[in-house]
Amino acid sequence: MTFFSHLRKAAIATAFVLGATAVHAEEQYFPLQSYRVGPYAAGGTGFFGGFIDYLNLINIRDGGVNGAKLAWSEGETQYEVEKGVEVYERLKSNPGIAAWNPLSVGIAYAMIDRITDDKVPLITINHGRTDTTDGRVFPYVFPLLLNPYSETSGIVNYIASKEGGLDKLKGKNIVVLYHGSPYGKETIPIYELLSQKYGFELSQIEVPHPGNEQQAQWLTIRREHPDYVVLRGWGVMNPVALKTAQKTGFPADHIIGNVWSNSEEDVIPAGDAAKGYTAITTQASGERYPVVQEIVKTVYGDGKGNLEDNSRIGSVYHNLGIVNGILNVEAVRIAQAKFGNRTLTGDEVRWGFEHLKLDPARVEALGAKDLFHSINVSWDNHEGDGYVTFQQWDGKKWNVVSDWIAPDWKLLRPIIEKSSEAYAKEKGIKIRTAEDADAVVSN
Amino acid sequence: MSYYDFLFVIEVLVGGLLSGVMYSLVAIGFVLIYKTSGVLNFAQGSMVLFAALTFVSLVERGIPFALSLLITFAVMVALGFTIERTVLRPLVNRSPMTLFMATLGLSYIIEGAAQLIWGTQVHGLDLGIDDTPFEVGGILISSFDLLAAAIAAAMVAGLSAFFYWTRIGLAFRAVADDQFAALAVGLRLPRIWGTVWTAAGFVALVAGLLWGARLGVRFSLSLIVLKALPVLVLGAFDSILGAIVGGLIIGASEKLAEVYLGPFVGGGIEGWFAYALALVVLLVRPSGLFGQKTVERV
Repeated sequence: MTFFSHLRKAAIATAFVLGATAVHAEEQYFPLQSYRVGPYAAGGTGFFGGFIDYLNLINIRDGGVNGAKLAWSEGETQYEVEKGVEVYERLKSNPGIAAWNPLSVGIAYAMIDRITDDKVPLITINHGRTDTTDGRVFPYVFPLLLNPYSETSGIVNYIASKEGGLDKLKGKNIVVLYHGSPYGKETIPIYELLSQKYGFELSQIEVPHPGNEQQAQWLTIRREHPDYVVLRGWGVMNPVALKTAQKTGFPADHIIGNVWSNSEEDVIPAGDAAKGYTAITTQASGERYPVVQEIVKTVYGDGKGNLEDNSRIGSVYHNLGIVNGILNVEAVRIAQAKFGNRTLTGDEVRWGFEHLKLDPARVEALGAKDLFHSINVSWDNHEGDGYVTFQQWDGKKWNVVSDWIAPDWKLLRPIIEKSSEAYAKEKGIKIRTAEDADAVVSN
Repeated sequence: MSYYDFLFVIEVLVGGLLSGVMYSLVAIGFVLIYKTSGVLNFAQGSMVLFAALTFVSLVERGIPFALSLLITFAVMVALGFTIERTVLRPLVNRSPMTLFMATLGLSYIIEGAAQLIWGTQVHGLDLGIDDTPFEVGGILISSFDLLAAAIAAAMVAGLSAFFYWTRIGLAFRAVADDQFAALAVGLRLPRIWGTVWTAAGFVALVAGLLWGARLGVRFSLSLIVLKALPVLVLGAFDSILGAIVGGLIIGASEKLAEVYLGPFVGGGIEGWFAYALALVVLLVRPSGLFGQKTVERV
């Protein structure tokens, strides 16, 4: 990466921003609160790169979605909440906004009231607050594929599968090493609940932000002799955890990473200490999937690829961006089928998301078989019952080591509803019905 | 206390001391500049990032290890003299707060420049040092941390020798004692400041390589200054020995606190415990354990 390539990117981004202000016929617009500099730039460039690559594929290959061109512009947030809100205020007046995709818990939290007033969907794929799964209370927020509770359940189910069944968890010792932030603490109650349900011993240990020192935590872990350590990390905490585990003699193949501890950026800095480490994911990595191949051929072949380093094509964050692109575009397509092949309002796209049902056959038709499993969003279930799989790092690449695993949604739903109903009561929000969800603002 | 518990205490203590040495590595860079110019260089963390990122980017482009090291050092020398020429010299005789704010701004500029030039990707840094632990009397010790401690010790010895037995070292000490008196006897302050920033750049390079091998070379490498600040408050801003002893005390006490006090207050306390300890020392000894007591006529 050079100074001049940055300059070129900046020029292109500026052109997009300027271009976005001009209204074209039948154009659906995605405002992107991206982060390409700052501490989390590696994740931001991968995710937003994949998202833009997919939007470009639809424009180049299909001429848009049923004739509606996809447009976007970026505003740099550096992953900071105040900058994210500022970008939101700057871009929200652009016409034809389909959905917001900030990929930041903090920015998403700050936007919930705003996007609810604006009636535009907010997508928090694989993250966000768990109770936004309940569409009865949060009509415009969509933690697609995986909320933190489902992630927890998926990880426990995977450990159970390694031990020979859920009944074999009894008496096992599991340590959860979590990031000292609201994100890290989100799953504390659900791990406790699952521990009581399945009878495993549980310790939850906090690592202070940013997590570049973990000697004390891992010595404590060593003293406890756990069977597994679940790593609920973020950023620099992840490679440091793997390296410190090695220093204290804990085997990497008994560490299970959560969905924000599963990227190449988390394991490469750890070197050999990461070999054998396993992590949950909703989307497999690699380039072998037809949709990724098409992006390579059509978008990168046309010189419009968004990643500056082509070796990152098919990486965890890039593929997550592609899957996010698929879900956004299909929601628009589904909404068009009801409201017409034109530029849709945010509320119409919300309706599209609430009918986003992609079964494995449809996923295969989209060229994403085995990239992700399926999704089944409804007006009251905004997560959409995403399946998870597990990948193991071999020192060079991730390899899938499990089937697609279903979290225990039935167990989780009452807890989610309890939380969302408490939120509704606190905020004076009327609980939606199916009829409310079908009432759509079209202008 | 059982024998096993006793061993565990020792293990936590040793781990903490070795971590403390890593904090000292960063703190020494601050001390060098503070000693000679009275500036708290907040950009030291960014210099660590810049050095590590430059080195790893050169290695990844196929340049041999030793040559990359040499080039990076040359870059840090150039950076040191550039900072002196463009930031410090125009601000000479300004208040310490003005100079501090200048280094704060400098920190952002260096961070931005590092990402602009070398990109935002996270890099692994393999120094070829095996990091598997070895056992001594039932205690696991990290070979990497042990080597880092040896490197820090060598660097402190080298810097001490430099300060006490070379002409330029003597000039450094003269400037540290009294800038105006040093000027009066003909010492050239700009040259000395340029050289000391170069020395700080060298320390940043060493710290960057060792911390980079530990954490990976990434933007958050610059956050390690947060670990150095309580070390400086406790040990003193103007004492290399203070930086070493302060690092050891902070490293050991925060690890022991995390393990033995943490469970009673919900855990995750080592982030603030070091600052709490430094604050207590600040109340008792405002100039730190090894700092010079300043007496001013009022």
